[in-house]
Amino acid sequence: MSQQSPASQHNGDNPVYPTVNYLNADRGVKSWLLTLDHKRIAVMYFVSVLVMFLVGGIFAMAVRLELLTPGPTIMGANTYNRMFTLHGVVMIFMFMIPAIPGVFGNFCMPLMLGAKDVAFPKLNLLSLYLYWTGSILAISAIVGGGLDTGWTFYPPYSTSTPMTAFPALLGVFILGFSSILTGLNFIVTIHTLRAPGLTWMRMQLFVWAIYATSIIQVLATPVIGLTVMLVGIEKVAGFGLFDATKGGDPVLFQHFFWFYSHPAVYIMVLPSMGVVSDAVAAFARKNVFGYKMIAYSSLGIAFVGFFAWGHHMFVSGQSPFDNGAFAVISMFVGVFTAIKVFNWVGTLYRGAILVSAPFLYICGFLFFVVFGGMTGIAVATVSLDVHWHDTYFVVAHFHFIMVGAVIMGFLIAIHYWFPKMFGRKYHEGWGMVAASFIILGFIATFIPQFLAGNAGMPRRYYMYPERFQALNVASTAGASLLAIGFVIIAIYLIYALLRGEIAGDNPWNSKGIEWLTTSPPDKHNFPKPIVVTQDPHSYQQPGEEVEHVVI
Amino acid sequence: MSSSDGSHAPRHPHLAGHFDTIEKQDYAARLGMWLFLGTEVLLFAGLFLGYTVYRHFYHETFHHCSRALSLNLGATNTVILITSSLFVAVAYWAVKVNKKGFALFMLALTILCAIAFLCIKYVEYRHKFQVGELPGKFFHAEELMQYPAANMYFTIYFLTTGLHAFHVIVGMSVLIWVAKGIWKGRYTPDYYVPVELGALYWHLVDLVWIFLFPLLYLI
Repeated sequence: MSQQSPASQHNGDNPVYPTVNYLNADRGVKSWLLTLDHKRIAVMYFVSVLVMFLVGGIFAMAVRLELLTPGPTIMGANTYNRMFTLHGVVMIFMFMIPAIPGVFGNFCMPLMLGAKDVAFPKLNLLSLYLYWTGSILAISAIVGGGLDTGWTFYPPYSTSTPMTAFPALLGVFILGFSSILTGLNFIVTIHTLRAPGLTWMRMQLFVWAIYATSIIQVLATPVIGLTVMLVGIEKVAGFGLFDATKGGDPVLFQHFFWFYSHPAVYIMVLPSMGVVSDAVAAFARKNVFGYKMIAYSSLGIAFVGFFAWGHHMFVSGQSPFDNGAFAVISMFVGVFTAIKVFNWVGTLYRGAILVSAPFLYICGFLFFVVFGGMTGIAVATVSLDVHWHDTYFVVAHFHFIMVGAVIMGFLIAIHYWFPKMFGRKYHEGWGMVAASFIILGFIATFIPQFLAGNAGMPRRYYMYPERFQALNVASTAGASLLAIGFVIIAIYLIYALLRGEIAGDNPWNSKGIEWLTTSPPDKHNFPKPIVVTQDPHSYQQPGEEVEHVVI
Repeated sequence: MSSSDGSHAPRHPHLAGHFDTIEKQDYAARLGMWLFLGTEVLLFAGLFLGYTVYRHFYHETFHHCSRALSLNLGATNTVILITSSLFVAVAYWAVKVNKKGFALFMLALTILCAIAFLCIKYVEYRHKFQVGELPGKFFHAEELMQYPAANMYFTIYFLTTGLHAFHVIVGMSVLIWVAKGIWKGRYTPDYYVPVELGALYWHLVDLVWIFLFPLLYLI
């Protein structure tokens, strides 16, 4: 590769662990808490979102255990309501939204630009502190005071529930600020800190995805901030903005809420698609097929996503014309997603596939995105959605497309960039075992939910008719497989962190710019300034054969 | 990569390590501020949407309730805010041409305008509290009770003007911080981007009011 030679020797026989790197350049708690280094901030995000994922996962398991039997199993109705609310709020606002941008956007995106840091390092640290503040506030409020509205906070219930919603709403408001500042920072970084020669069409696809995500974060998040503030004011002061008895309109809240929360789905899934775009080239050892189409379709999803929110309100009294319009616009998201899927499959076609944990997750990702996307087209169809609305079918659909895709992308990113972040390799065999548990567990958890929902099982109830029990038992069993998979991952990653094999600069032989520095990188990222002279993901020159490598 | 490591030309004292040139750093700061202003516009956009929806639902009510506001006080406040925007723009120019004293004088006038705006707003709010033209369940203004959902107008009124008043206070604090920097000689014709950003923020505060005034007072 003619761009720049890596800092230390090329990997191969003698991988080198740099004695001084960003992890040990400064020592002490203060050097972490007050750091302006995007890589350290990313590591702190990493730990934080993993803790949130654990918390949200525990609540998910509580929900699944309760649904093991038709009657009350381990908790009462009120506790159950609080459990699924906690699960939703924690997983969405504290895990899925910040997960990939906060960790890998922060860590890899500046490296992929050949930059020394993000444009506003102090703002970046502030985002992290806002994330901590918002998370602690929301969780302590929900655990201490309780919240049973579900993550959607629909009035009139959210303004009339006896539980104290206000601190949780404030927490979500603060989390929104964190998200806005991260997005703003990333947009400015991508505009101003690209290395010489790194034109827009030479940016790696992960950067494109982060760019599209950041646009949504900046444009949509202020509206959720306003919305949760208004609900909070309603709850405390009773202004009646969403109260029909005072002339207010509860459906207006739903418009406000979904104007953010529908695009928020793409805040979660677009970075994951970006990870896959980068990883699919690295693990097929092939140039990305249809680079421009993948890049532009990210922007297409970001754009169309803003005009699809009404499909959450087909049964809220919207006019039939609005319903039809929102249905058709929603289906356009499927078109852009399909463009990506075809290009990823085209990249895999006749590649030299490197069978590994990230590759298994890429396969899982493709399955979940296609299956979840197809059911998305189905629920965007008004006549079908009237039947499926508020059933487990919808629950299964959004777990497939949002959670399935995001978790797969997050796991690909963890495995692909773990050697870069920490300079060590994980155990590939255990990685593939865990991947099998997780992908199969995920399918076993949510396919029964599709069936139960289609048969009419409503969401958010802690009891159900006996005829649904077999499906619910299957779903809970699948969730246990998922849990086992995550425990395996936790064990081998912690082992890899302490005792793992030294990775060397570029263990995957990837062509990404982030691999041109040492693993872990130096505090200032690159020993020499980067000059980009090649197209991204260029594993072959035109006419060149696919190169088979053994790692 | 001519000036990347500062070995050729002396490095600008305000240039951060991760930028190559001060021009690029200034451009980044401006782009960041414009994006932030965009988020502010979207924050208000939600309330403007609420206004539109409820004006559509209760057209007559909104018409009559807007007559209950004091047009004189509202118009005075509009003039004050537009004038303050002129002052802050002149202050920005004065920093650029190195007239430190004049810049501080102009910023002082801007901040005085902001205080005057808040005082007039206080007078308006106090009157509303006295006659009971309040949002939601606190509403008890008898002469407006004949109109359906009159409380809704005042809900919107207090939410929009309240959020705006909060922004006036924030903008004022930003300008005080900018004035302190000018006073200490931190901002010079060589480095004036923070002054520009503060002025931009103040213009946004002004601009929001320019939309609120006709919507709430005139129509």
